[in-house]
Amino acid sequence: MFHRHRWLTPYLLLAPGFAWLAAFFVVPLALLAYQSLQSGTFDFGYQFSWELYNYWDALSRYKAHLIRSFVYAGLATILALLVSYPLAYWIAFRGGRWKNLFLLAIIAPFFVTYLIRTLAWQNILADQGTVVGVLRDLHILAPDGRLLATSTAVVAGITYNFLPFMALPLYVALEQIDERLIEAAQDLYASRTKAFLRVTLPLSLPGVFAGTLLTFIPAAGDFINAQLLGTPKQHMIGNVIQSKYLELIDYPAAAALSFVLMAAILIGVAVYARALGTERLTG
Amino acid sequence: MNDAVTRAELLRRAALGGVAISLPGFLAACGGDGGGGAAGTTDTSPKELADTLRFSNWTLYIDRDEKTKKSPTLEQFKSKTGVTVQYFEDINDNATYFGKVQRPLSQGQSIDRDIVVLTDNSRFPGLLIDKGWAEKLDRSAIPNIANLQDSLKSPSFDPNREYSLPWQSGMTGIASNLKVTKKPVTSVDQLLEDPKLHGKVTLLTEMADSLSIVMLANGDDPTKVDDTSFQKAVDRIQKAVNSGQIRQFTGNDYTGPLTRGDLAACFSWSGDVVQLTVDNPKLVWNLADSGGDIWTDNMLIPKGGDTYTASTFMNFVYDPKIAAQIAAYVNYVSPVKGAKEAARKLDPKLADNPLIFPDDETLSKVVIFDKDALQNQDYLEKWQTLIGA
Repeated sequence: MFHRHRWLTPYLLLAPGFAWLAAFFVVPLALLAYQSLQSGTFDFGYQFSWELYNYWDALSRYKAHLIRSFVYAGLATILALLVSYPLAYWIAFRGGRWKNLFLLAIIAPFFVTYLIRTLAWQNILADQGTVVGVLRDLHILAPDGRLLATSTAVVAGITYNFLPFMALPLYVALEQIDERLIEAAQDLYASRTKAFLRVTLPLSLPGVFAGTLLTFIPAAGDFINAQLLGTPKQHMIGNVIQSKYLELIDYPAAAALSFVLMAAILIGVAVYARALGTERLTG
Repeated sequence: MNDAVTRAELLRRAALGGVAISLPGFLAACGGDGGGGAAGTTDTSPKELADTLRFSNWTLYIDRDEKTKKSPTLEQFKSKTGVTVQYFEDINDNATYFGKVQRPLSQGQSIDRDIVVLTDNSRFPGLLIDKGWAEKLDRSAIPNIANLQDSLKSPSFDPNREYSLPWQSGMTGIASNLKVTKKPVTSVDQLLEDPKLHGKVTLLTEMADSLSIVMLANGDDPTKVDDTSFQKAVDRIQKAVNSGQIRQFTGNDYTGPLTRGDLAACFSWSGDVVQLTVDNPKLVWNLADSGGDIWTDNMLIPKGGDTYTASTFMNFVYDPKIAAQIAAYVNYVSPVKGAKEAARKLDPKLADNPLIFPDDETLSKVVIFDKDALQNQDYLEKWQTLIGA
C-alpha cells in the first residue's frame, strides 16, 4: 500500500523547504515587483499603475552607480580569489592537524558584526595611521595622499568583508582532491606547475565558481563599505537604494532599482555560468 | 526519465536564487518587526499607570551613573511612581527609525513603545502626526508643561504641542581639531574653499543642518527657502565635493576621524563635541560666524502607546531639577525653564556653558530651518543626489 506512494516521498521532504521559500522569498519578491510598478508619493499613498517609467528612471539616472557597483564587486572578487586561493591551498594540503584552527582564524572576524569590522578599517586606513604612514615613506602614496575615502579603501573593505565567502568554498573543493591524482600526474612526468594546472586547478574550479558567486553577488549590493570608507563619488547602487527607501521614502523607485540590480546580476551570472559550464563544474 | 534533482542543478539553482535574496531581503528586514501585543489601549486612556514604560531614545542621550550603569533619572522615576522604564537606545537616525516603525504603524499595529524621540529638522515628527500615528498627550498629567521654553511652544509641525514635547535641543556649527588647523575654523568660506583643509572636511547628511549653515554664509535665509537660495547652496556644496574639498557627508560618525585628526574641521552637533573635549582638549566647537541652526528632538507617543504613563514621565522630566540632571550628562540644550538655575546648584561651570545653556548672543545667531523645505520632495531628492545617492 505504502510503497505505491513512494514517488511522493521526495516531494514531502522538499515541502518544508519550498514552503519556506514561498513564504519568505517568492511572496516578498512578488510584493516588491508590485511595489516597483506603483506611482504616487508617501504622503498621499502609492497606487499600482503599471508605472514602467520607474525602471527607465532607475536605469537612466543611476547607470553610473550600477556600473561602479559591478566594477567594485568584480575587483573585490578577483582580489579575494587571488588572496584566498593560495591560502585555501596551503590549509588544505599543508595545514596538517592545524587545519581546523586555520579555518577558525578565517571565520573569526565574523564573530564581530559587519559594521564594526568596517569601522575598524577606518582606523586601519586612517590618514595618521601606520599603513598610510608606511606607504607615504615608501613613496607609494604622495606625502599628503590618503587611503580612506578613496576607491581603493572601498574595494579593500569589500574584499576583506567577503573573503571568507571565497576562502571556504575554495577550501572545501581543494580539500576533497585526492592527492594521489597529483602524485599520479607527477609519476607521468608532469612538472609541479603542469600537475597543478592540469589536475588541481580544474578539480578546484567548482570551488572557484561557488566562491566567486558568493562574493560577487552580495558585494554588488553592498552599501556599508562605500558609506564608511568612500566619498559620495564612490557610492554604489546599494547606497542609492538605501537612500530611496529610507531617506526619500520612495518605495517604488527603491523596488525598481532592486529589480534592475537583480536582473543585472542574474544576467551576469548566467553568462558566467555558461562560460564556465556549470554542469561540468558541479556535476 | 531521471527526476532526481542532480547536485549540479541544485547548486546552480541555489546560485541563481542567491542572487535575489540580498536586496529584497534587506528591504523586507527594514519593513517591520512584527509589532503586536499592545500594552496600552488607545483613545480612552485609563488614568492608571502601567507597570512599565517603553522608551526609545538616541544613544548617549540620558544621564547614566557609571558605577551602577543605571540612569539616576529613570531610577528616581521608578521610586516615585513605581513605573519601570524599559529604555532602548535604538534610534540612530530619524529616517532609519521611521523606516523601521512605519510598516506596523501603517497597519494599525503597536510598535511596543510608549515614547519615541524624533528630530524636528527632519520631516518625520510631522509625518508621524499627519499620518495619525501619534497619540495625543494627556496634558492634564503634565502640569510641568508650563516650564517649556517659550521659543519651543509652537513648532509648525505641532503648533499647540498636542502631540509632542521637546527632549533636548542642539545647535549645528563647526568643530575643529586644533592639532590640524591651529586656529578654530569659524568661517564657511574657509571650510569649503581653503586649500589647507582640502580633503579634510565633512558636512552632515542631514539636509537642514548642512544647508542652514551654507545658506547663512551665502547671505540667504534658511527659514524661508526658495528655489534660488536652495540651488545656490547646493551648487556651492557640489563644487566643494567635486574639487575633493569635502571628503564625506556623515551622521554622528564624524567623531572618530575628527578625534584622530583625519578631519581638520567639520559640521557638527554641539553636544557631541562637549562630550569629546573631555578626552581630547584639542577639539573645539564654534558657531559659524555667519550663524548656524538649532534643532529639537521631540518626544512623541506612537499609536498604541500608553498616553497616561508616557505623559506622567514627560511631566517628570520637565521638573527643572531632573532636567538639569539630564542636561549635565548629555550636554545638549535643555528645553526646560529653570534648568539653568537648578544646574548652577549641581555645578556652576555647567550653568555657564553656552553650549548647554545658550546666552542671548548665541541664540541670536541660530535659526530654525524652513519646515516646508523639509517636505519638498524635489529638494530632498536633489540633496540625496548631492550627498552621493
